[in-house]
Amino acid sequence: MAQTVFEPWNDPEAKPLIQFKGVTKRFGDFTAIDNQTFDIYEREFFALLGPSGCGKTTMMRMLAGFEKPTEGTILLGGQDMAPIPPNKRAVNMMFQSYALFPHLSVWENIAFGLKRDGKPKDVIAARVDEMLKLTRLQQFARRKPHQISGGQRQRVALARSLAKAPKLLLLDEPMGALDAKLRQATQFELMDIQEKTGTTFVIVTHDQEEAMTVASRVAVMDHGRIIQADTPANIYEMPNSVYVADFIGEVTIIPGKAHKRGNGYDIAFAEGQPTLHSETDAALDNGQTCYLALRPEKVSISAEKPADRTNTVQGRIIDIAYLGNLSTYHVQLPNGQMIKAQAANTRRLSRRDFSWEDTVWLSWTDTAAVLLKG
Amino acid sequence: MRRFALIALPCAWLLALFLVPFLIVLKISLSDIALAIPPYTPTLDLSAGWQGIRAFFSALDFDNFRFLATDDLYWKSYISSLQIAFLATLMTLFVGYPIAYGMANAPDHWRPTLMMLVILPFWTSFLIRVYSWMGILSTEGYLNQLLLWLGVISTPLTILNTPTAVYIGIVYTYLPFMVLPIYSALERMDGSLLEAAEDLGCSRVKAFWLITVPLSKTGIIAGCFLVFIPVIGEFVIPSLLGGSQTLMIGKVLWEEFFNNRDWPVASAVAVVLLLILIVPIVLFQMNEQKSREADQ
Repeated sequence: MAQTVFEPWNDPEAKPLIQFKGVTKRFGDFTAIDNQTFDIYEREFFALLGPSGCGKTTMMRMLAGFEKPTEGTILLGGQDMAPIPPNKRAVNMMFQSYALFPHLSVWENIAFGLKRDGKPKDVIAARVDEMLKLTRLQQFARRKPHQISGGQRQRVALARSLAKAPKLLLLDEPMGALDAKLRQATQFELMDIQEKTGTTFVIVTHDQEEAMTVASRVAVMDHGRIIQADTPANIYEMPNSVYVADFIGEVTIIPGKAHKRGNGYDIAFAEGQPTLHSETDAALDNGQTCYLALRPEKVSISAEKPADRTNTVQGRIIDIAYLGNLSTYHVQLPNGQMIKAQAANTRRLSRRDFSWEDTVWLSWTDTAAVLLKG
Repeated sequence: MRRFALIALPCAWLLALFLVPFLIVLKISLSDIALAIPPYTPTLDLSAGWQGIRAFFSALDFDNFRFLATDDLYWKSYISSLQIAFLATLMTLFVGYPIAYGMANAPDHWRPTLMMLVILPFWTSFLIRVYSWMGILSTEGYLNQLLLWLGVISTPLTILNTPTAVYIGIVYTYLPFMVLPIYSALERMDGSLLEAAEDLGCSRVKAFWLITVPLSKTGIIAGCFLVFIPVIGEFVIPSLLGGSQTLMIGKVLWEEFFNNRDWPVASAVAVVLLLILIVPIVLFQMNEQKSREADQ
């Protein structure tokens, strides 16, 4: 059965739920958000990804209403949010610290927002039970937050922020306090819940793996700007800048000079080395400085020179990072350029083909690398 | 063995500085007044041996406590002390909470200074500070002069030697005991809790009542007991600032000791006072225990 792909950002008819229009936020002299314009669509799982201090948290706090934009407007469903205080917004937030009320039980924490709306008692009870079920917390309803585990607390925080059925749910580093195993399980749980409830999620994280796993679109941020906002696959395969390529996953960046040939460019990167060829749609001037971004898993490593590959270079293995299922080889070319190549460990470690100081050939196709201007 | 040695030190301290003096007071409260030095009888004569000890114990009785029950001055003083302590504690809470709240919400670099300002008066003699209130509150005092100069009043107010002056004195003196525990409870509070409350639909005022107040509850209770307990036995403030209408048990106790030189009755007053104080002290300890458990 064919499924319709969820890509409202490519649909000119689709109406965005949230619109940032020329939003700037300054704290004194410091510009936290620098003139940003972008849209988030209904039912999206939108991730704001970046290093600490890049402005992602400020972006989220503006959506929640805790900060006001210095310039520009934020629209929610077409309505300007500026005059609406946090307690009147159809937006709820899950805090990084969870911010569970320590003097209230799990049940009362989840009911807190519903009670503020003055809903009848049986409606509140039904909704809280629904949330407890959704987050599998039924047997902890009477406990206080300090009597449950970190993972359970995280689920209480999620249940509490979802209880009022907000149009938009903000998640500030929701899995920051969980250990790696639990985090993975929780990520899938979160996606599941997002799908079930149909709520639009905006998540802030510095963990690129997390962003790639859960999000429908990832916005990579730096210094108050969104550098690229796209699907995880596009962010990974077609980064628009060295910054994005470098931030997401492992990559080798090879600087060089571009010369047009065929459908792409030849890149001269070092004296006495063959030029590298890369196909691209991008237009560069002859002799322009460019950067070749090369993912390690797209580079093959072999003892003999492969005949059928466009790009082949010879180097020496300096380092091997053994990751269990994979090994990443750090290979140094004669000019000093390091290239990372990844190979699956299909054989036992003792029978590995390559070792330190071995001279090997690295090769990749003409479409494997991404040619970037900067 | 080492454990025992560790416990022995505080035990010895309590024994020497609390239990022994208390037993002496208790013994005097069971004695009779006498024109002698010391001014009561019997005194223990160990040289008479077993006979002496028996004679000593047979001379002790509860007459003084019976006397306290018959003369209404005493129970009126106890009731009045409790009443004054209760009202003064409430007033201190209403003055102290906003101060503690302001301190806890002040910018970080201001907090040590504010803390200093709260503690600073402790470094001056308590007696001198109470005397200076006499200078402020008297008919010719600074407060009346200021109010007359401002034109708020045309004739000086009589504040000194009234219950009002006693309340002012108590609130002023015991304010730090209220402010500090509340401040420490508020300061520990995670600011994101209030944001979460607001995010879930609370107004700021509502969030204060639903989150801030319950979370500072242990601080409020601790502060109230720290004020209430010593104020019941307060003597200096009512005798310097209060008039003859202000009846407090501390003052009665003092008069019994020094004006009447009736040590046995004064001791009986003190023992009953201690028995009354045990109730709030135990409640205070329970509150402290609870807040310690909540911290873990």
